[in-house]
Amino acid sequence: MAGYEDKSFKWIGTRPVRPDGVDKVTGRANYGADMKLPGQLTGRILRSPHAHAKILSIDTSKAEKLPGVKAVITGKDFPEMHNGVLPGDEGVNFHYLSCNIMARNKVLYDGHAVAAVAAASAAIAEEALALIEVKYEVLPHVIDVDLALKPGAPLLHDDIFTTGVTPKPEKPSNTVQRIQMQLGDPDAAFKDADVVVERSFKTKAVHQGYIEPHAVVAEWSEDGQCRIWCSSQGHFMVRTLTARLLQMEVAQVRVIPAEIGGGFGGKTIIFIEPTAVLLARKAKRPVRIVMSRDEVFRGTGPAPGTSIDVKIGAKKDGMLVAATGEFRYQAGAFPGSPVGAACMAAFGPYALSHVRVVGYEAVTNRPLCYSYRAPGAPLSSFAVESVMDEIAQKLNLDPMDLRIKNGSKEGTQMVYGPKLKAVGNLECLKAIQNHPINKIPLGPNQGRGLAAGFWFNLGGQSSAVVNIAEDGTANIMTGSPDIGGSRASMALMAAEVLGIDYSKVRPIVGDTSAVGFCEITHGSRVTFATGMAIIQAAEDVVLQCRQRVAKMWEVDVEAVKWEDGHARPAGANAGDQKPLSLAQIAAKAARTGGPLVGSAAINAGGPGPAFGVHICDVEVDPETGHVTVLRYVAAQDAGKAIHPSYVEGQIQGGVAQGVGWALNEEYIYGEDGRLQNSGFLDYRIPVASDLPMIDAIILEVPNPGHPFGVRGVGEVPIVPPLGAIANAVARATGARMTDLPLTPPKIRAAIDAKK
Amino acid sequence: MSGFQYESPGSVDEAVRLLAGAKGNARVLAGGTDLLVQLRSGAANPDMLVDIKRISELRQISGNAASGFVIGAAVSGAEIGEHKELAKAWPGLVEGMELIGSTQIQGRATPGGNLCNASPAGDCTPGLVAAGAIAVIAGPNGRREIPAEQVPVSPGKTSLAKGEFVVAFKLPPRAKNSGDAYLRMIPRTEMDIAIVGAGVNLTLDASGVCVAARVSLGAVAPTVLLVDAAARALIGSKLDDAALAKLEAAASAAAKPISDKRGTIEYRTKVAGVLARRAAVIARDRARSNA
Repeated sequence: MAGYEDKSFKWIGTRPVRPDGVDKVTGRANYGADMKLPGQLTGRILRSPHAHAKILSIDTSKAEKLPGVKAVITGKDFPEMHNGVLPGDEGVNFHYLSCNIMARNKVLYDGHAVAAVAAASAAIAEEALALIEVKYEVLPHVIDVDLALKPGAPLLHDDIFTTGVTPKPEKPSNTVQRIQMQLGDPDAAFKDADVVVERSFKTKAVHQGYIEPHAVVAEWSEDGQCRIWCSSQGHFMVRTLTARLLQMEVAQVRVIPAEIGGGFGGKTIIFIEPTAVLLARKAKRPVRIVMSRDEVFRGTGPAPGTSIDVKIGAKKDGMLVAATGEFRYQAGAFPGSPVGAACMAAFGPYALSHVRVVGYEAVTNRPLCYSYRAPGAPLSSFAVESVMDEIAQKLNLDPMDLRIKNGSKEGTQMVYGPKLKAVGNLECLKAIQNHPINKIPLGPNQGRGLAAGFWFNLGGQSSAVVNIAEDGTANIMTGSPDIGGSRASMALMAAEVLGIDYSKVRPIVGDTSAVGFCEITHGSRVTFATGMAIIQAAEDVVLQCRQRVAKMWEVDVEAVKWEDGHARPAGANAGDQKPLSLAQIAAKAARTGGPLVGSAAINAGGPGPAFGVHICDVEVDPETGHVTVLRYVAAQDAGKAIHPSYVEGQIQGGVAQGVGWALNEEYIYGEDGRLQNSGFLDYRIPVASDLPMIDAIILEVPNPGHPFGVRGVGEVPIVPPLGAIANAVARATGARMTDLPLTPPKIRAAIDAKK
Repeated sequence: MSGFQYESPGSVDEAVRLLAGAKGNARVLAGGTDLLVQLRSGAANPDMLVDIKRISELRQISGNAASGFVIGAAVSGAEIGEHKELAKAWPGLVEGMELIGSTQIQGRATPGGNLCNASPAGDCTPGLVAAGAIAVIAGPNGRREIPAEQVPVSPGKTSLAKGEFVVAFKLPPRAKNSGDAYLRMIPRTEMDIAIVGAGVNLTLDASGVCVAARVSLGAVAPTVLLVDAAARALIGSKLDDAALAKLEAAASAAAKPISDKRGTIEYRTKVAGVLARRAAVIARDRARSNA
């Protein structure tokens, strides 16, 4: 496997047009809502207006009598699931999952689904929803994580007993778990510090903000088969979860992936698919459900709000001696916050001998909290990077020098267990240190902010098929939805191994009945793990070609080598044969053993963690509190950038979302527990003019766990922006703010308070 | 959204007849950039929509700076922005209109719609009010004219009676040495709704002394405010720092905002003064270059 870092590539590292690009820019591409089947009905979901309430009764009789209504379902139509996690459940509590998709006895958040209808038109479906009578007994609710953790807080579930504490609690609470990891003895080590900074932080829940709302079409056959068309980050995940929730055999469910208009982690779980299947089964007609934007905000899986304490101690020379962090993360209405990953990633950029991280997770009356790019890490990183910046200010040190002095590197012991292998943290720091941005003088009310970030990345199970056509062109297929240009990367890797032109390789995402199992597109895993499957499937084709040519030449397979898309004699002893191209070999396939089909099914290990370092300049209008991001530079270790443009795109996209998170994005709840900004007017993701050109610097420290040295790149770029922006604002205003987002009213108030 | 009757009359009289004769709730449809959103969300459930875009009188800009412009209520933002003479005479009014939404929305949004939607945060309204625009209203009893600021009475409500709608805005003849400006505070850079807006329109004499001024504030009260005290701070001054400070204080004092998801009372009160001062400086500089 080693040695690829020195290899020269023909296709890897080039920037061809993406194979899915033309269909997307011409509008030909089919997204989740584009599917249309004959006789298709419109499905709509009735949602709770209350944050927390008992459902006393649901009367659907009037809705059922409305002409044009073909099916009405409620929680009673869903099978009851085991409340717990059994072996083979992959950590999923199916009872909770089912109750989130359709409420049973209680609604737990504003937007919680309580019933659904399928009707001949959208207008009839809307009218039917209005005819469903739900009687609620409204209960006290809790949104904020600190309030939810308090004894006596309104209780969401009577079956949650805090794990990770001794003795095991006798009473249920909202506190799902306490976790702790430690290296050394930080409490003792703080005594050696010359300076200690301890701060508390609060952040608000945010949404991934993908442009495409969730959409599904479901069809049910009388023989018990079911077909689902939807956009997701994993159609195999949709298949498994839907089959389990509806007590079907997995192979009876076929899920056909649509193009996906953004996911960012938010489409790694299901919200509407089983509902559509149940409606289709009851109505005996295909049913399509397309969420409105309001439903996306109220009824999907946003990222949590948090409350965090971080304490760091350092010597005068900037050497860190100890650090602790307590990270209190909201779950939504059901367990599932990313607090574990947040704890593990928080101090990732730093080598620390004495460090303790403690995490708490509490259920709250808000939508299920789910994955958003590097789940949990941007928030814990924001707190750590803010304190690091203050340490630098207190010690009058350059914030870059402080980070380089303490930067984690190969061999660093991580708080969560392993020691780091080859990583690019110091390389990223030095790339930013040497960037010309540092020489640009800052004007009045301007500030420069620096932050480093860490993320694990995942490997996992993937399958791939490489089919060679009779003219030597290749169709390649995986089961990994393409959310960031991965089809281009798959085609590049296949072209590299096969030795044929990129344009001769057509990649597709196959459905669950067409290709082997692939885990969801998450953990920045697809180019790494599914790419590895493509490489192996292409290598399988190459081996088959060599075997067939060996037969034709009547030599051993070792005597045939594969070079530049041709079979050639391996050496002088192999004979004086003319090289045969892949097209020539393919033309003879029928006579040499049949079709050339390569395949691979793997469980990829060794993903290799990713680091990113960001620096930005902001200007703050001191009278209005408005922040302008003037310049932004992000350096990241990609291991090996298969398609550099899409690596840059991932970096720029992560920064754009991180800037929104830092400055304006937040879930705003009223006293009544209702979400007040379930639309893009008052939920402010950045628009293009809010951002400067983001300078993305790709560094390549090869990952020893991948044949081409690839590391995941999709998540770590959203980790540093919150800290980088907050540090820049702190330096521009002289007021350190610990409460995200940094909205203009908060910034103006902080400036006034300083006077 | 349930069914409703849709009408697109070709004349003002026909529109009045339809609106006055409607059973139930009739709404006027201009560009629809607010109304269509309300229909989709269920916030509006009209029995009849009367589309006024086919009435030619409502789609014209007539007159000139010296005699006074007349802007049809259903002229689009894009058309207003492209009218060079109007933009030269009333840059503040025009830039307020042009701040509404995206390029696509600019092809639809209208000043009449912005005023009659009666949001205190509408971006065209403060410019109309500062300009001293007169709203021409057609109704069952003929036409009447009122100052633009008297059309909205509270969020979402206007003073128009059943059967009435706004036909046009009459701007006063533009004096020499005049300038106007509109500024708004939004957290983003575009595609957003004003947390505070401020419009200033003023005229200088030959020596640079302010002889007339109107100051309006948006999003700091149930309706767009015309702030006489702020105007008085400017009139008679050369718009020096002392006068601008008085203006700022008067604007902040006049602001009566609420705290909501978009901003706090404290913030809006302060920023109302800041934006009024900054808009006055722009208007002053425009007036000085409009000799």
